[in-house]
Parts: sequence; C-alpha cells; structure tokens
Amino acid sequence: MKGALTVFRKEIGDYFGSKIFIILLALIYIAGLGFAYLSIQAIKSAPMSTDQSLLVKVFIDEMFFLKLFTVGELRAIMTFNFVRFFGAFIPLIGILFGFNAINSERNSGNISRLLAQPIYRDSLINGKFLAGITTLTIMISSIVFIVMGIGLRAIGVPPSSEEILRILIFIFICIIYGMFWMSLSMLFSVLMKNVAAAILTAIPIWLFLTFFWPYIAPQLANQIVPVLDGATLATQLKNLSLSVDLMRISPFILFYEATAAIVDPTLGHLSLAVSDSDLSKLIANPLSLNQSFIQIWPQLIVIIMLAIICFAVSYIIFMKQEIRST
Amino acid sequence: MNNVIDKPIIIAENLTKQYAAKTVVNNLNLTVSEGEIFGLLGPNGTGKSTIILMMLGLTEPTAGSISIDGFNSTKEPIKVKRITGYLPERLGFYEDMTARQNLKYTADLNSVPAKDIEAKISEVLEIVGLEKNKNSLVRTFSKGMKQRLGIADVLVKDPRLVILDEPTEGLDIKIANQILENIQILNRQKNITFLICSHQLNLVQRICTRIGIMSKGNLIGEGRIDHLGRGLFSAGKYRIEIEVSEAPAQIIDKIKGLDKVLSVDKKENVIEITADEDVRSAISKLIIDNNLLLTRMNIKDSSLEDIYLKYFKEE
Repeated sequence: MKGALTVFRKEIGDYFGSKIFIILLALIYIAGLGFAYLSIQAIKSAPMSTDQSLLVKVFIDEMFFLKLFTVGELRAIMTFNFVRFFGAFIPLIGILFGFNAINSERNSGNISRLLAQPIYRDSLINGKFLAGITTLTIMISSIVFIVMGIGLRAIGVPPSSEEILRILIFIFICIIYGMFWMSLSMLFSVLMKNVAAAILTAIPIWLFLTFFWPYIAPQLANQIVPVLDGATLATQLKNLSLSVDLMRISPFILFYEATAAIVDPTLGHLSLAVSDSDLSKLIANPLSLNQSFIQIWPQLIVIIMLAIICFAVSYIIFMKQEIRST
Repeated sequence: MNNVIDKPIIIAENLTKQYAAKTVVNNLNLTVSEGEIFGLLGPNGTGKSTIILMMLGLTEPTAGSISIDGFNSTKEPIKVKRITGYLPERLGFYEDMTARQNLKYTADLNSVPAKDIEAKISEVLEIVGLEKNKNSLVRTFSKGMKQRLGIADVLVKDPRLVILDEPTEGLDIKIANQILENIQILNRQKNITFLICSHQLNLVQRICTRIGIMSKGNLIGEGRIDHLGRGLFSAGKYRIEIEVSEAPAQIIDKIKGLDKVLSVDKKENVIEITADEDVRSAISKLIIDNNLLLTRMNIKDSSLEDIYLKYFKEE
C-alpha cells in the first residue's frame, strides 16, 4: 500500500503539472461558467417570460436551486445544458487520464526500473488509477461547487438539504462515469504498446457511443419492429421500448438517465422518447429523493459494474504480463 | 579482490525457464559470493536477462529456485528487491523530471527516510559525477549521463547486490571505462556485490573477479578468468603457432624440452605450442640452429575473447 501511495503522490503531481490537465480544466471551467450564466439568465427571466424558446420548467417550487444544472437553451438542435455537457466531456477527461498509464512507462523503459523497487506490481496500476480518480474528482466537484456558489449569489435562493444531497449524488455519478472511461482507456494502455493506438481506439468508441449510438438505436428499433401507417399503439410502444433499451447499450445514455433523474426531480419516468418540449408541458410533480433513486439505481449499478470490470481486466492482464527488459 | 568473503549472496539451483516450448535458461546452478564482481557473459539472447528477471522475482522460474541473501526470489520478491539494485538494459527515466526528482521517486519507493533523502541523492550523484546536473531535466542528458544516473539510481537504496544488464552497451569506450571504474571503486569501498551481464567481453572482463559464460541458456563455463582459460585450452596461457619448411621429429622433441613449454602438437608443417611464458625467441633460435626455415609465427594469449570464440564457434 505504501508503494501505491508513493506512485499516487507522483502521479497526482504529474497530472496537476501537465498541459493536458490545465487545458481540460480551463475547458470545463469555461463551459461550466457558460452554462451557469445561461441558467441564471433563464431563471431570472422565467417568471415574467413568455418567450417559449427558452426551455423553462421553472416554477416557484422546491428544487429551485437544481435548475442551475438543468435549464438550458432550446434554440440549439438539442438542449445542451450542464448535465449533458458533463456527459459528453467527462469521458474525454477519463480517456486522456488513462490512455498512456502503462504503455508510456513501458515505452520509456521506466517500468523495469520501477518494478525492481521493493513494491508490489499492482502498486503501480493502483496508484495511477487512484491518482486519476482523485484528479477527476477535484476537477468535477470544483466546477460544480463554483457554479453553486455563483448561483447562490445570483438567484439568492439557498439550496435545501435535499438539493445538496442530490448535487452530491450527481457529482458521485459523474466520478463513477469518468472512472469507467478511465478504466477503459487504461485497459487499452495495458493491451497496446503504442500510446497513439490506445487513444485512437478509445476516442472513436467514445464518439460512437456518445454521439452516434443514440441516433442509430431508434433506426435499429425501426428495422426490428417497424411502425407502419396505422400501426397499433402496442406496436408503437414496443418499438419505443426497444429503441430505449438499445440506446441503453451506450453508457452515455445510462449516465444521462441517471443524472437527469437526480438533478431534475420532476422527471417521473426515464423514457427518452419524450422530448424536452413535451416534458415542459408536463405538470411538475417532483419525486422524492428516495423515488428518484429507485429510478436510477439500475443505471448506476451498470456504470459501476462497467468501471469495475474494465479495471479488473486491466489489473489482471497487467499482473500477468511478462516484464522483459527488451 | 581481497574483500570477497566466502558467504554466498546469489544461489541458483537447477534454475530453468521455458517460454512455450523454448528453453531460455536450462538447469542453471550458480553461486556468487558477497564482495564479488561476477560477469555473466554471452551473446544476446542467451538467457542472461531472463536470469535477472527471475532473480528479482519479476518472472517465475519453470523449475528450480533462486535466492538472494537467503530470500527466495519468487516467494519473497519484496525482500530481495529491498537489498538489490537493478540497472535494466533499456534504461529509462522520466524525461520531464530533473535528476533529483527521479532519484527522489526511487528513494520514496524504497522508503528511504525523508530526512536522509536529499543527502543521499547528493551523495550518489557525487559518486557518478553528476552533482552539478542535479537540477537539470533528464531530457537534456546524453546517453552516457543517463547511464551514470542509472548507477546513481541503483545506489539510492544502499544495495548489497547490484545487477547491471549491459551497463556499457552503446557507450563510447571512455565513458564505458569510467562506469566500470566506478563499479570497481564501489565494490571496494562499499563492499557491494556486482553481477554484470554483458556481451562486451573485453571491456567487462577487466574488472570481474569471476565470470560465467552463457550459451543458449546454459552456463557452460564458470570461474576465474585465468582458470577458465587453462581449463579450456588443455594448458598454458600462451599458444604459439609456427609454420616451418619441414618438421622432423627431433625438432619437436627439442621444443618439448624447452623450459616452460607444456605441450607441442604437430599437424604437417604447423606446430602448435602451449607454454606458460612467451618462448618465441627460444623457439626461433632452436629452429634456426637446426637449419630449418621459419615461415610463420603467431602468438595468442588465451584472453576472454578466445574463450568466447571457442565457446561460441558452433553458433
């Protein structure tokens, strides 16, 4: 364990000193502050607004503070709010933190020197993984807390304890989600000697699952269960639920469903087939935290399992890999 | 070396390693005593590096066992690695870190007490002559400097045994000799045992107290260099080869009668003589006195190269 801590300390230092970290941190801060600004504008103008272009589900009700994270601009093709931005961006952070974890040590020739020190072999991979998660946690929680702080000043409505709890759960889901992508790219760093190959494998997977799969899945569902003119309601429903199930193959969808239900208590169900504009017509009927949690736990478990499986596989492969000097 | 004490630090017993169907190390039995500089020599790909990996517990032997200072390398690798320094063949450092930061990381991994670390780093950098490059980034270092930093890196943990894999590979002769001198000094002053794996015989042989020769996974010769030579070439340190116009039997007998000559072998007009001394002048005098024509005369001392050539002739 001591070895892992030493590796951890060194890696943390590396992360915070690296250009990639500074760039990612800058991007996430700029985007986070941008979304905070948009949300505050929307919230401030909401009660008097008749402008339907704003996605406003703001009612003077409880859970007001959470709107900071869910209200966005509808003028874009897709509503892009804080939560969705995180869903798209966190995997990138995870990938960039993990893709060169092991193979760079191997390529630079450091690995045989390191493993000749009196530490267990897993100290290396454990230390690196821990350092990655810690850095990720610091990045995500800092921007969420900054947005909360700004929001508090701008709106002047303090968050209730339940809202704080929901935000903490949101941060937790973000970290788990980032952990999954980091374990996945770490797996590639164990499997592939070439650093470029590792990142060029991880990034397309991220792009595909995040941006293409949600569009491909409904098409696929249409092929399997065609909805023809005059199709029965049952067929339509079947098509719909198949489409949603297919979409859930992508961890992005799982993340989105989980976080949406947590930060938007009015979401009574998780069907993605309902568009945002439809949702805004629903009567806000916030669920209790307990109920929201029941909604998301399958999603949460799957993300956690995916992260654990990826890490376990890279751990086992790394432990069994031959360390040759040449 | 006078500081060799008769206490074994490396003991390999019937050590065997197979990858798939290929035997990389075959039934190795080897003992290295404390205070020795043992040279494990042989061409590339003869299992030297694999032996090292098994010593450090990074690879498990297929059969047999190896222990360092009484600790079984496979079962107690941490204890072994606590007292053993290892300089890998493909040595790498964190290029974006300074020499000091790299050494500090190694010191931390070895649990060197925080208060001693800085002094220790200065001390080992001093030994290899990199004290003034302490705060330079490793990326600015030349190959030779990196190799010296490698030696410093190994010394940070105060090892009792240091294993060097091809320490002089790719270095120019001056720097290679500097490194070897460093090794010799460390051996004498700090009584560190060294195991040097190399294919550069002439270079490395100089400082070794004993050598072992590897061929295709087998240790085919082991001992002090001079002993090894004697055992190999029936006897004698000098081998003189002469060619004469004709070689009557009486001249052979006369050469045999010379002082220090051990054996004489005749193949037609070529006579091979082994002797403990350089007896060329006596031989040439003898031949001229007998009215024979000396057409050629060569001398070979049985250096490591000869041993090496002999062992690897069949490859």
